[in-house]
Amino acid sequence: MFSPPTRHVIGTVVALTATLSLSACGNKDGDGSAAESCVDTSGDSIKLGFLNSTSGAMAISEQTVRDSLTLAAEEINADGGILGKEIEFVEEDGASDPAVFAEKIDKLLTSDCVAAVFGGWTSASRKAMLPVVEANNGLLFYPVQYEGLEASENIYYTGATTNQQIIPAMDFLASEGVETLFLAGSDYVFPRTANKIIKQYAAELGIEIVGEEYVPLDDDDWTTQVAKIVDAEPDFVFNTINGSSNVGFIKAYYEQGLSPETSPIISVSIAEEEAPAMGKDVTGQYAAWNYFQSVQSPANDVFIRAFQDRFGSDRPTSDPMEAAYTSLYLYKNLVEAADSFDVDDINESADGVSFDAPEGTVTIDGDNHHIAKTGLIGQINADNQFDIVWSSEEPIEPDPFLEGYDWWDPTAE
Amino acid sequence: MDSFTTPLLAGTATGALLLIAALGLALTFGQMGVINMAHGEFLMAGAYTAFVTQQIVTNADISIVVALPAAFVVAGLLGLLLEVTVITWMYRRPLDTLLVTVGVGLVLQQLAKDIFGAQGDPVRTPTWLDGNIDVFGYHWPYRQMFTIVLAVMALIALAALLKYSAFGRQIRATVQNRDLAETVGIRTRAVDRITFFIGSGLAGIGGVAVSLISGTNPRLGTTYIISAFLVVVAGGLGQLKGTVIAAFAVGIATSFFADWTSASMAQVATFALVVVFLQLRPQGLFVVRSRGLA
Repeated sequence: MFSPPTRHVIGTVVALTATLSLSACGNKDGDGSAAESCVDTSGDSIKLGFLNSTSGAMAISEQTVRDSLTLAAEEINADGGILGKEIEFVEEDGASDPAVFAEKIDKLLTSDCVAAVFGGWTSASRKAMLPVVEANNGLLFYPVQYEGLEASENIYYTGATTNQQIIPAMDFLASEGVETLFLAGSDYVFPRTANKIIKQYAAELGIEIVGEEYVPLDDDDWTTQVAKIVDAEPDFVFNTINGSSNVGFIKAYYEQGLSPETSPIISVSIAEEEAPAMGKDVTGQYAAWNYFQSVQSPANDVFIRAFQDRFGSDRPTSDPMEAAYTSLYLYKNLVEAADSFDVDDINESADGVSFDAPEGTVTIDGDNHHIAKTGLIGQINADNQFDIVWSSEEPIEPDPFLEGYDWWDPTAE
Repeated sequence: MDSFTTPLLAGTATGALLLIAALGLALTFGQMGVINMAHGEFLMAGAYTAFVTQQIVTNADISIVVALPAAFVVAGLLGLLLEVTVITWMYRRPLDTLLVTVGVGLVLQQLAKDIFGAQGDPVRTPTWLDGNIDVFGYHWPYRQMFTIVLAVMALIALAALLKYSAFGRQIRATVQNRDLAETVGIRTRAVDRITFFIGSGLAGIGGVAVSLISGTNPRLGTTYIISAFLVVVAGGLGQLKGTVIAAFAVGIATSFFADWTSASMAQVATFALVVVFLQLRPQGLFVVRSRGLA
């Protein structure tokens, strides 16, 4: 009764999916011809695009980025705009779908004629936007830490690349005298790439990797893998798990008797926003970022006060939010350094442009379009804030391809 | 030693969870022949019920006890609503049911996102389930034992209902020969609805157990629905014995594969195993010969 029609249904579904993906490929019209910019700089305002997911699975994270971009735009406008022009921002929803990101950035660049786009979160969304922004010779500011190994003339990366987050985390572990390390990650590009770097650097530092486990992003049951951590008794666990899978991991970790006293966790995707949502008290665990709400600087005091005045005193500030806020100010400084909104003029004079950001002074590297950032390690306290326990002391120059690290072999397994 | 007890015990708990999800399907799919792809979303509804209960009854030790019957009723009512509004029109069209219930599942997921937000919500573990016991080096969490107890209790209750109660006999009569059942005065439509209510309610109980693993999130049901269908099909339609064996076999096999390889590979390997098994034995583990289903 069931099997023949089921096959029929599967056929229909496959055909439908194929049609949909074909039509998704077919709507790229801008490329090839490109170049000729339609940005209008004659008026007394300048259009910028904010492209974040305000619906779908990533909305909760990306909305925080949208909020801090809005704050930065309002501040800049109150202060006289960019080159005297008021920012007029066009908001679009990426809908947590890379294909939508590609479509929307095309619309922003070619029909809204914005001078620059700010947004994206997942690596998949950035990879989807990259060919479009390059074909149109547009500008994208991407505010999230990522797996590196990329440098586009048309993208500025204001989140950390691996040598500003993963490598400092390893330096911290070495300084703590860690000898054995267990790697736990979600099964997709960021954790796989990060762990490849971690393994090679660990060999250099003399840290032994005693286990490496991945669980698919949509699977939250970590019980079996945590049992392996219990067996391996590592000095530290390096956590590259993303999203809701963290909850399952943290629960299984405490359930099986692990604790910060036995095998503490260092995470790269748990920040002020996520720590209280774990369903467990995670006091004493660590995270590696380039900004914490607890950073002591006059610029950060101003940022936190302005953000909480605008959006509510209960709202925490986090690394991606700060990187997004910083990206808009960097854009302002880039335009003013070039005295032009033209992409080529901006790129020409980009090297060395800096901003006194909440995380500290950040400076653009004109070659790879990343920014120098200070590596920080925070330890979660009872208020779900981070006590900063380690810092790289000075900003680390971005090196997305790890060319300055002679232990790095991209071809090795 | 450890590489044996750990996957065995963890796999038994995974199997128990699958069993709770599959027991409901064994009723609605195995007995009634309805392919309900929204069954996973009833699991999700159960998990959110656990979360909401915890907001009202803030003591986690007590709220879980309240959440279990509440989740049964919430998921059951959702199932009843689905049966009365949609499935009732499609009893002779299993394929349409499949497509429609996929749609219903997506609607329920979006509803959960709109009400509770796209990010998951944590569900606190009661203190009496927080801890573990050392079994040959495996720190076996109380929570996993609780899942197994829950599955066994659900199984016994369902089996007893089907076997010994008057209503259970009505269900079996309706499934085996609807026309004959009607001639002896059984109101088969009412039986259909109550059967669907119970089957969906069981998913709600499974949802409470899942919420203890990972909290809630709108996609939670999609993780379990395919495996649950596999279990029911591999066990053989129309009886519970096969479902029980298949659930624990799939759970334990996945756990061993995960121990030997990785979690991603384990899913692939288990699916492959079930597919091969169904090639060799398309009717599943056990066959009921006299029943209404083809």
